[in-house]
Amino acid sequence: MFHAKNYVLAQNLEEAWQLNQKKTNKILGGMAWMKMGKQNYQTVIDLSALHLDQIEENEDAFSIGCMVSLHDLETNQQLNEYFQGALKECVRHIVGVQFRNCATVGGSIYGRFGFSDVLTCFMALDAKVELYKGGIVSISDFASMPYDNDILVRIILPKKGKRISYQSMRNTATDFPVLAVALSFDEQEGWLISVGARPGKAVVLCWQEGTSSELSEVQIDNMTAYVLENISFGSNMRAKKEYRQHLCKVLIKRAVKEILK
Amino acid sequence: MTIKFWLNGKQIEDIIPDDILLLDYVRTKGCYSVKRGCETANCGLCTVLVEGKPVLSCSTLAARVNGKHVTTLEGLQKEAEEFGAFLADQGAEQCGFCNPGFIMNVLAMMKELNDPTEEEIREYLAGNLCRCSGFVGQERAIQAYLAKKKEEVSE
Repeated sequence: MFHAKNYVLAQNLEEAWQLNQKKTNKILGGMAWMKMGKQNYQTVIDLSALHLDQIEENEDAFSIGCMVSLHDLETNQQLNEYFQGALKECVRHIVGVQFRNCATVGGSIYGRFGFSDVLTCFMALDAKVELYKGGIVSISDFASMPYDNDILVRIILPKKGKRISYQSMRNTATDFPVLAVALSFDEQEGWLISVGARPGKAVVLCWQEGTSSELSEVQIDNMTAYVLENISFGSNMRAKKEYRQHLCKVLIKRAVKEILK
Repeated sequence: MTIKFWLNGKQIEDIIPDDILLLDYVRTKGCYSVKRGCETANCGLCTVLVEGKPVLSCSTLAARVNGKHVTTLEGLQKEAEEFGAFLADQGAEQCGFCNPGFIMNVLAMMKELNDPTEEEIREYLAGNLCRCSGFVGQERAIQAYLAKKKEEVSE
């Protein structure tokens, strides 16, 4: 468990940002990962009072505040209707309900963890990240940005009518995924294929061949070959590189079949 | 820092260390049902309700419950005893160490889910680990408890 000398409940984003410029200060997300460390902080900064625990919908997008819990993501009816239950599917395997009531979307995305189910899913939805000072950036750009002292305020999920499927494989229930794959399709942008827990952080590829209503076995094979050529995989205590590559083919096929259903 | 909150319905105002965990703090207030198990936020032993939602008190700063209502098993004695009897009837417990966290989450599930299926029950309780049993007895106990509650409503 970490230690902190001071706890500050920020009254506005500027106050939180100013405090966060000091290296020894840290913003609190849901704390589920942070508590595993043993760091000493001068001040931990809580964003709980900033009404960032809301999911809002307008004509063009869903806006998800950084303090929305993973369980809120899982149970939000509008989000899950629009995205065919993919958000529920991507978080329901994460430990248990109590954990998901603590863990926040902002913490999951800001951390850009290799094991993140949420990052993998949001990448396939072409999400945007709103940073307090850095403005709005695409989530795939954000994933490759260096860690800095900005604040992730909210995630924006554009309503593009994407069809999506989220697939993951775990060695045991509630564990981190061995591999996670999210696939989405819309007529304008074609297929977005996001692969996470490689074990590196998720990356996304665009693939333009085929339409959602028609995709031959050969085209699916082409898609998996394209992914394997362009995404690197590795080994860790959960699985070897070769096993992950094999899983990737299987999960992509499952996702395609679900989308074409 | 000073916090003011409700613990099992009783208002408390106290000066606490800024980084004390809710788990450690409620134990100083006599809530010994709340226990530290895994230290990796996986076992569910430290489950308490904050504003009615089950959370892991091992992963929550006490400072964060300022102004909120916290419920531990000590605040749900009647419901806990009632469901505990179903666990006993099914021989679902051995050492009983996981029971407080398990019971808290079952009671939270009953508030959140209406007539849950077997799969929904398993999924909801996936974050409560029991090292003695295979969860089969607990599942029987939950099904029997839910059936009894349904009967009571229809009467």
